[in-house]
This record gives sequence, C-alpha cells and structure tokens, in this order.
Amino acid sequence: MLIRYLTQIGRYFIMLKEVFKQPTKWKVMRQLIFKEIDDLIIDSLGIVAFISFFVGGVVAIQTALNLTNPLIPKYLIGFATRQSVILEFAPTFISIIMAGKMGSFITSSIGTMRVTEQIDALEVMGVNSLNYLVFPKLIALLLYPFLIGISMFLGVLGGWMAGVYGGFTSSAEFIQGIQTDFIPFHITYAFIKTSVFAFILATIPSFHGFYMKGGALEVGKASTVAFVWTSVVIILVNYLLTQLLLSA
Amino acid sequence: MIEVKNIEKTFGDQKVLKGISTSFEAGKTNLIIGQSGSGKTVFLKSLLGIHTPETGTISFDGRIYSELSNDEKRALRTEIGMVFQGSALFDSMTVEENIGFPLKMFTKKTPQEIKERVDFVIARVNLIDANDKKPSEISGGMQKRVAIARAIVNKPKYLFCDEPNSGLDPKTAIVIDNLIKEITEEYNITTVINTHDMNSVMEIGEKIVFLKNGLVAWEGSNREIFKTDNEAVTDFVYSSELFKKVRQMYLEEDQK
Repeated sequence: MLIRYLTQIGRYFIMLKEVFKQPTKWKVMRQLIFKEIDDLIIDSLGIVAFISFFVGGVVAIQTALNLTNPLIPKYLIGFATRQSVILEFAPTFISIIMAGKMGSFITSSIGTMRVTEQIDALEVMGVNSLNYLVFPKLIALLLYPFLIGISMFLGVLGGWMAGVYGGFTSSAEFIQGIQTDFIPFHITYAFIKTSVFAFILATIPSFHGFYMKGGALEVGKASTVAFVWTSVVIILVNYLLTQLLLSA
Repeated sequence: MIEVKNIEKTFGDQKVLKGISTSFEAGKTNLIIGQSGSGKTVFLKSLLGIHTPETGTISFDGRIYSELSNDEKRALRTEIGMVFQGSALFDSMTVEENIGFPLKMFTKKTPQEIKERVDFVIARVNLIDANDKKPSEISGGMQKRVAIARAIVNKPKYLFCDEPNSGLDPKTAIVIDNLIKEITEEYNITTVINTHDMNSVMEIGEKIVFLKNGLVAWEGSNREIFKTDNEAVTDFVYSSELFKKVRQMYLEEDQK
C-alpha cells in the first residue's frame, strides 16, 4: 500500500519534469492556452460568481443571527463576512469546488484521449504529449487568482446585500466592519494559497487522466479519484501554508 | 525498409515476444497476422517505439532505433504515419485541422501551404464535404479515411496501420484496403498492417508475417499462403468453410 502511494508520488514528480521538456511549437501552444483559458477560467466564472454571492450572503445572515448580545457591535457582521470570505471561502472552498468542476473536466478529457488512443497518436507523431496537454492548463490557471479575486468581491457583496436588505445591519455598519482591523497581508496570503492551489488543480487531475488504464468506466473512476486527491492535497497544503504564513 | 532482429518483450512474468526476426520492404503492403494474444499489437507497438523491447534491434533504413539520440528518434517519428484501430482522431478538431496537425507541428509551412497540402490529401482519400466536420459527425469509414489522410499528409516513409478495417462493412473495408495499397505503391512507403481480416490477407498481402505465441511461425506472400502446408497457418487462415473452398479452387487451378 505504502509502496504504491510512494510510486504514484514519484511518478507524479517525473510527470512534472516531463511537462517542461521538449516544448510544443509556440504557434500551436498559443492556441491551446487560449482554449484552456476558455474551458477552465471563463467557463467557471458563472458558477463561481453564483456560489460566492450566495455563500457570502449566508455567512452575513448566520453571523447576524448569532449576535444576540446587544453589546456586540453590528459592524462585526461585515468583519466576519470579510474574514471568512477572503481568508478561507474564496481561496480554499472555491478551489475544492473547482477540483470537482475543472478537475473532473481535465481528468475526463485527458482520460478519454488515453482510451481512444489520441495520446498514443501524439506520441507516435513525436509530440511530447505531457507538454502538449498539461502545460497549457498550467499557463491558463495563472489566471485562477483573478477568478478568486472575483469570488472575494462577490462574496463580500453578497454579504452586504443580505445584511443590508435583510434588515440585519446598516450599510455604514457593514462597511465599517469590512474596514475594521484590515491586514493587507491577508490578501497576499490568500493569493499565495490560490496560486499553489491553481498548480495543484492543473496537475493532479492531469496525472490521473494521463496514466489511467481501461475504458469508459475507468475514465469515470479516474475523475472521482482525481477529485478526492485534489481536495485532500488542497486541504493539507492549506493547513501547511496557513501555519507557515499566518502563525509566525 | 524496416529490419527486425530477434526482439523480445516481457510484461511481468509473461514473455509476449520471444525473439522475432523479419523484414518489411518499401513499396509493399506488409501484413502481420495471428490469433488474438499472439503478440501482434505488442509487436506493432514495439515497431512504433511505444514499447521498448528488452533484446534485439529494429532498424529503419539502417538506423537502429535503440541507438538513436532523443532528437534523432523525434526526427524519425516525423517520418512515420500511423492509422489506429479506432482512428484516434482529435475530438476537439475538425477533419481539416486533424489532417493538417502534423504539418502545423513539424513543418514551417505557411497556413496557405498547409491548406493546399490538406486539400490535396483530402482529395486523394476521396473525402467529400467533410472539411469542417468534427470526427463525431462523420461515419466510421470516413474517419478511417481521415486517419489515413493524417498519416500520409507529411509524406511519411513508413506507414503503420492497426486493424484498419475493424468496424467497417465489407465494401468499405475493401475500399480502405485498396486505398492503403495504392498509397503504398504511389509514394514507395514501407507499410505494415496489423490485421485479422482474411480478405485483406488475400487482396493486398504482398508480404505476410504470421505470428504464433510471440514467434514468427510463417512468412510469405498472399500467393504462397494458398500453397503452404504449415499447419498453424492453415488452421488460422482457413478456419472458415468459405476460405477452405477458395483455397481448394486455387490449388486445383494451379495444378492445371
């Protein structure tokens, strides 16, 4: 069991090395990158915006409903919404949702190419299939922090709307909460995490798709396994980065 | 010409290829036949460099594959065209993009030159009104034509086909067989076809290599296969009553 995991981890790092070898012609790569930006980033905008807006709203409502003591200021609703959304919800939980959306898309598309011998066709032609398939995803996901930035903005906006229009707080109080004890490094911390998660989101599902064996059923299984492992690694890396960057 | 000397390939504790030696000449359609599990696919994938044999050599016009540098191997691969069993066309591309892919990747041709060459091979394989269609929108026979067009677009010296007729009706299968034979002769390509199809054996098998249990059990042409008394070959090739009768008729005619 342990040997099997170690073998897989070793294989993953060998794959990463291969991704940067024998680069594909820039003219072709440019088109692939634009296609991946469209598939991975643009296509995710809708779901990220929807989830962020409503979860931000729910965070504000939950906070408001738990502030039963009249001595606790109402601006805490804005403060709690900002902290929850910027520190954890947008970078970490959106990434886990993206492990399901983007991750399963990446695994199933590469896995289907494996099953239908399209990867063999690339190899026979002399194309470095790992560079051709994985590198454009890595570059496209350099835009992932922008997606998370939008999530942060919409999360806080959703909180503000739910708080103000739900009658839980005034707009001035909510904005005061957003500004209270603001530490700019928290934004840096969130984007550092996001960049690392972007790398994980591009590579782990690719690994599971590329090295899968079998037929259509196995493509489905590989997508599930990829989602589980991507989520596990994101959670572990989140813990490590939080410990490293915030607890000093 | 492709020369294979004593190649062996093992998976786990199962030796699939047990010392295969043969050669495939340019301008001829060379067929690899044999029962399922005889090692045909592993042999073909070894020729393509997808599997690396433990022993033996494979040389392409004197260039021994295992002795080539990575750059030389890459260069050699651009001289190879391959038609996969399931066609292996790229789903996200149109027919035209699929065919032009090797040119776009490996040549410095302008988009106009690529278009001209693609149009030429499309006409050569008789693909009509399919340029802008996706592989999923065309029939199996048309997909095979696209695969052949993609394989020959960069003027390969070597063409490999894995079960090119699988899943096709008999009429389309004959058309595809003849197309491969014509292209082989026209461009003097070394063509190697992995097949189960006895019609292909009889129609286009200028050289036939019969594999059994990972070894070459018989070699010869489609003319010689009628006369052979090699039991393994006759058991496999003439397993149907129809082919037994065809053989009988051929032998009787030959005696006259």
